[in-house]
Amino acid sequence: MSRIQETFKRLASEGRKALIPFITAGDPAPEMTLPLMQALVAGGADIIELGVPFSDPMADGPTIQRASERALAAGMSMRKVLDIVRSFRASGDQTPVVLMGYANPIEAMGAEPFTRAAAEAGVDGVLVVDYPPEECRGFAQTCRAAGLDPVFLLAPTSTEQRYDDVAAVGSGYIYYVSLKGVTGSATLDLDEVAQRIPLIREKVGMPVGVGFGIRDGATAARIACLADAVVIGSRIIEEIEQSSREDAPAKVTAFLRGIREAMDNAGAPQA
Amino acid sequence: MHMADAPYALPDAHGHFGPYGGVFVAETLIPALTELRLAYEEAQSDPAFVAEFEYELKHYVGRPSPIYHAKRWSGLLGGAQIYLKREDLNHTGAHKINNSIGQAMLARRMGKPRVIAETGAGQHGVATATVAARYGMECVVYMGSEDIRRQAANVYRMKLLGATVVPVESGSKTLKDALNEAMRDWVTNIGNTFYIIGTVAGPHPYPMMVRDFQAVIGKECIEQMPDMAGRQPDYVIACVGGGSNAMGIFHPYIEHKQVRLIGVEAAGSGIETGHHAASLTAGRPGVLHGNRTYLLQNEDGQIIETHSISAGLDYPGVGPEHAWLKDINRAEYVGITDAEALQAFHDLCRFEGIIPALESSHALAYAAKLAPTLSSDKVLLVNLSGRGDKDMHTVAEKSGIQF
Repeated sequence: MSRIQETFKRLASEGRKALIPFITAGDPAPEMTLPLMQALVAGGADIIELGVPFSDPMADGPTIQRASERALAAGMSMRKVLDIVRSFRASGDQTPVVLMGYANPIEAMGAEPFTRAAAEAGVDGVLVVDYPPEECRGFAQTCRAAGLDPVFLLAPTSTEQRYDDVAAVGSGYIYYVSLKGVTGSATLDLDEVAQRIPLIREKVGMPVGVGFGIRDGATAARIACLADAVVIGSRIIEEIEQSSREDAPAKVTAFLRGIREAMDNAGAPQA
Repeated sequence: MHMADAPYALPDAHGHFGPYGGVFVAETLIPALTELRLAYEEAQSDPAFVAEFEYELKHYVGRPSPIYHAKRWSGLLGGAQIYLKREDLNHTGAHKINNSIGQAMLARRMGKPRVIAETGAGQHGVATATVAARYGMECVVYMGSEDIRRQAANVYRMKLLGATVVPVESGSKTLKDALNEAMRDWVTNIGNTFYIIGTVAGPHPYPMMVRDFQAVIGKECIEQMPDMAGRQPDYVIACVGGGSNAMGIFHPYIEHKQVRLIGVEAAGSGIETGHHAASLTAGRPGVLHGNRTYLLQNEDGQIIETHSISAGLDYPGVGPEHAWLKDINRAEYVGITDAEALQAFHDLCRFEGIIPALESSHALAYAAKLAPTLSSDKVLLVNLSGRGDKDMHTVAEKSGIQF
């Protein structure tokens, strides 16, 4: 059983839902990422999604684009992202880490060298935004052979056929993009989420996380009642943007703790 | 390749040209691309759609565009005879409108009232704004702020035609960033919006669909050349940024195996300087903008900033079918520098009375290099993909002239 699967199993036995924050590696500077990851754990993160910056982040809104640009300007690269994960593991932390990014930096390194290096560094899963199931059967196999969970997206526009396609290649969890649009968009349709999640969970047989558009504790709490995990990204990046480098880790912990409490206080999982 | 003798019939059902092409997009876009693919397949087999497209090309665009024998220039160069396919004479001044009409017709058929586009030189933006005005559709064009500066006249044309031009300030502020932004708009407004991509790149079915709409260029040439030159050309030469005008003239010639196909990329200040946009000449395969193709990228897989005097060629990728034609050696790809393109621009003005687009000037410059090395009975066909009115400002600036 992978570390991601173990995490979901443990949370389920505790009647809690997973909190999955996202930050971009190297934003605002490479040396800030390890303390920020530790700050996320201190705030109650169960899994960390670590963004690998890319020059052309087509699926991201302005906030994560800016984070990506700052990280690249500060000299971030795939190998440095892996170095950061290695230091995170060396510090003794076992929180699962999922790398999230775009295909080209992986292809530039080569699928096999990448998965081998990622697994060796202590990465648990990989979510490649522009690798839909039909384009990455080989890559998904390479991931699993290296002990990494290939994580996939589903969207409100996805047909039920897509649920099967994703279930056939994915593992770990499914990331349900809760709205049409890019990351950091404003509105989220809770009714839609409520309707879709049980159906997806049944079809894919994996935990389902919900992200895109979750900006506060109230929304996170309501999502926690419906899904297995809450993913928060742009809102955390904004917190980092608005803080000085010294204050950023403490601010991130405080923000995430608020979300965590709201989720845990949302009560026992509902039927 | 043991498939050399099989008829050329790419892409496959999944949009692949060998290892290139495909559908490398976020899940959110997959259903929209599936809907588009099905709508396009259906339209293609509907004689009414095909007839309407032909009618529009004839009466609105002014097709067929003529082929012109550039006798004086050929004589001065002293070698092969140069023929020009006059896409510059189309309505809106370039080949781009062939494709914009086809996709706008498809948008109407799919019930999408809003069209969006990305543009570099502004030619595709103008063509799309034109067609949107003609069909009464809302039109939003994304354009890098650097390109807006370089192509002010085209920006004003789009506004006159009723389009909203959105400046893109991210990344290098050029065509690739405009494409990113248009994709973001599409994913957000997928219900009512049709994304009219202007080149033979992007996720399937775009490379195939844009090629099909542009293939009218090559089909006409195959009919016209016997009348003009007594036979098919020895060489077909076209500039390649994303590669739509080149794919449009190349594709019908792929099965004419004696015809050499030459794509001309922007070598900018010279390939060796690193300041260029020659993805096939100097790039490596990778994934960007929904397809796998040759890309200009650094070791870490980040897309690098490109340079060309012509905004329309200033793009770090290239259509996946060109990548495949290069790998199977069916087409050859060469580079022409800014300086060489400018020289050809001036020569065509002075010797033939035709002001070419800076993009097309790259193809002309290669023809001017090649012609003197060949005997006078050889025939070169150059796709003159657009006219140069939009480039007055850039050329004047290079010559130290201010309006």
